[in-house]
Amino acid sequence: MQWSKSDAIIVSETWIHIFLVRILELIFMNSNRTKSSQDRPSGEIYVWLTAMGLAIGLLMIISLLGLILKNGVAVFWPKPVAEITFREEAPGYRGSRTVAGVITQEKNIDIRDLTPEQLTASDPAVRREKQLFMGNRDRYGESFAFFTLGDIEKVEYPAGLIHAERMEWGDGIFYPLAIERADGSRITVEDPQFDTTLRALVNEVGERRERINEIERGKIGPINAQLRAAEMDERYLVRQDPRTPQQEQQLAEARQRIATLMGDYRPLAARAQELRAEQRLDRLHYRLPTGEAQSQVLGEFVHYYWPNQLSLWDKVQLFFYHIWEFLSGFPREANTEGGIFPAIFGTFVMTLLMSLAVTPFGVLAAIYLREYAKQGLFVRAVRIAINNLAGVPSIVFGIFGLGFFVYFLGGNIDQLFFPRSVELGVPTFGTGGVLWASLTLALMTVPVVIVATEEALAAVSRGVREGALACGASKWQTIRTLVLPASAPGILTGLVLAMARGAGEVAPLMLVGVVALAPNLPIDGLFPFIHFERKFMHLGFHIYDLGFQSPDSEAARPMVFATTLVLILLVIILNLGAILIRNRLRRKYLSSAF
Amino acid sequence: MNVMEHPDRPSAGNNTRPLTVAESTGRPGQGYKSDYIAIRDYSFFYGGTAQVLFNLTMDIPERQVTAFIGPSGCGKSTLLRNINRMNDLIPGIRHEGDILIDGNSVYDPLLEVISLRKRIGMVFQKSNPFPKSIYENIVYSLRVAGRSKKSELDETVERSLKGAALWDEVKDRLHESAFGLSGGQMQRLCIARAIANRPEIILMDEPCSALDPIATGKIEDLIHQLKEEYTIVIVTHNMQQATRVSDRTAFFYLGKLIEYNETEAVFMNPQNPQTEAYVSGRFG
Repeated sequence: MQWSKSDAIIVSETWIHIFLVRILELIFMNSNRTKSSQDRPSGEIYVWLTAMGLAIGLLMIISLLGLILKNGVAVFWPKPVAEITFREEAPGYRGSRTVAGVITQEKNIDIRDLTPEQLTASDPAVRREKQLFMGNRDRYGESFAFFTLGDIEKVEYPAGLIHAERMEWGDGIFYPLAIERADGSRITVEDPQFDTTLRALVNEVGERRERINEIERGKIGPINAQLRAAEMDERYLVRQDPRTPQQEQQLAEARQRIATLMGDYRPLAARAQELRAEQRLDRLHYRLPTGEAQSQVLGEFVHYYWPNQLSLWDKVQLFFYHIWEFLSGFPREANTEGGIFPAIFGTFVMTLLMSLAVTPFGVLAAIYLREYAKQGLFVRAVRIAINNLAGVPSIVFGIFGLGFFVYFLGGNIDQLFFPRSVELGVPTFGTGGVLWASLTLALMTVPVVIVATEEALAAVSRGVREGALACGASKWQTIRTLVLPASAPGILTGLVLAMARGAGEVAPLMLVGVVALAPNLPIDGLFPFIHFERKFMHLGFHIYDLGFQSPDSEAARPMVFATTLVLILLVIILNLGAILIRNRLRRKYLSSAF
Repeated sequence: MNVMEHPDRPSAGNNTRPLTVAESTGRPGQGYKSDYIAIRDYSFFYGGTAQVLFNLTMDIPERQVTAFIGPSGCGKSTLLRNINRMNDLIPGIRHEGDILIDGNSVYDPLLEVISLRKRIGMVFQKSNPFPKSIYENIVYSLRVAGRSKKSELDETVERSLKGAALWDEVKDRLHESAFGLSGGQMQRLCIARAIANRPEIILMDEPCSALDPIATGKIEDLIHQLKEEYTIVIVTHNMQQATRVSDRTAFFYLGKLIEYNETEAVFMNPQNPQTEAYVSGRFG
């Protein structure tokens, strides 16, 4: 559902009307100078105005969050599938009089697309259309289509339809016909065991997929990494001409390593092949609602349900299943299907690294500025510079990060520690990565932390500092044992603000390490466990990629809302965590001065 | 608690009438120095040029209570804070002359200011307990000196709280926040904190000005006990308090030392007309 322009105008007009009337009331009541009006407190109108400002702001935030929540959550709720039968005289769809799909919206046809007959017709239904999500993109070439209401004869919700999630080509919506087992036996849809058998087979297929994933990601992955390293060594050594005897030995060792690794790899790959072949044993025959017959190996199905046979409890279960899949799964089909787990994980890791970088940096800078530096013109200038840093557009930070961190620092690190990767033209740290992205964002949010820390340090009463000095503490001991713990709540506030700002930025990240689809996560089981040089995925960038770079923008729209919702929730959770810690610290260190 | 019957007093239990201030003073000549804190021709300037103390010379005896009195702005707090060099925090200050403690200058360049402050305890006008537990407040001086043996810390806490007459009131809530105490208790906590490190000198800058009369009375009793072991210098606005607690009194006016003598002499028999005008309440 979208907010139509007229709805928005009506709502805002109503609110303005209400507020204007109240203000006018106040003004005119104030200007009637009666006996009792001398007692009326002056300035009441300003209180009203400020309250109104706050109310408008809150209203806007709530409306926005509500819109995102509604659209985002609606994506996961299972919807019934309608079968539409067209009128005799209407053009069908691909030669068929019936078509089936999920009704996603109904709206008036854009005036510019209306034919003269539609404009002049008396029946308003000819000027409205329904959008249908039909699935089956492998056959239809598109997932969504619009159908004019005037062409529709009837809309039914047949029970025999299945809505299936597939590994490729998106969802399928069809009438199942029969399961064909490897041994040739068939179970038709009329058989009472059909659903239980199909469910069991799909579960089996899912487990096997997990096992294949385990072998490929879990075992073959590390072998591949070591193989790549050994091959790089071999390539580097082969190019050395002439070779020293030590290099000859290294070359022989590298080749030996490659041979051993290949020996490990082959049986694993064979097993994975076996399993993949097993996935292709059973087939499902079905008929599309437009009449075409089709069949697919069961190994391509992820999940299915009968959309028009669901009880409320079934729907709730499916709802949570969809949400879980979305949050924990990996993306498919150019990010338009599957889950966004790598984006969530990448955002989380990057925000954490950014916080770890910005806190010591910002806090120490603030301590120096406030406690140690001689307060004069220079320190004031530094403070002004820091405050201005907060106003620099974030893309400029991205460019700075690219130039300084990626090319300069990263390039030099590669020269010093990874010379082979330089020779082979495959930079390790000389290209974007999660480390450089975190550092760039840390730089961007450091002014916030410095300002918040300075305020917190200044708020610690002089009495406490003098008492500590009188006890014989040095200045640093005073700061470390008394001033810093007492300022901790304020510092955490600064950190919350920094995290909120950093987690939502996208522009600088595009230059320093975020990709639309990353091959692996930045943290995994391989030593050194945190891979600072890896590229990663990010929720904000994912939204941009889905919204503007995907081939099918209608299909991507629900994902955009859902991803936006997840990003907002993630930031809220991070902030809540920091706020809880801050409240606990506040209770512990509450000073008598407040 | 009757200060006269405190077990630490040398002649506890032998007296049947309260001693006068004159009789309860420590007696110089019993090994206690009369010039323990020696201020020699001392002048002090803010911002390099604004002079606030003018050529002060006085001797503060060991193990006695010396009071600094005078109207607001006369420099008594400034002088007090210079004894443990707390005014070093203010930028642009300058001094001439010297202050010696037990013969050693406090401005000796070889002397680390921190070690000086460890030998001197200070109690401020507005009690400033740290935002920590009572226990941690008292052992703070020991911790920053690097001593962290639990037995030593426990013993210090008990001794300091008993010495500050606070032990019975807080002994079962040592690890609760110091802010749970009343105003008078907080000031006694600050006194306990000041004596935790066994200093030689305690400086008190109007310690009772923010307290009610009952709490003030308790702290004055405390000062009586403490002077057995510590040299105490107290700045006070309250002349009756000076009469009650101090052995010697110094009267300051506009940064100059006007009169300095035994307390009874200053109040009953002032030599200087300005002193007389102040103590009889005609100005100040």
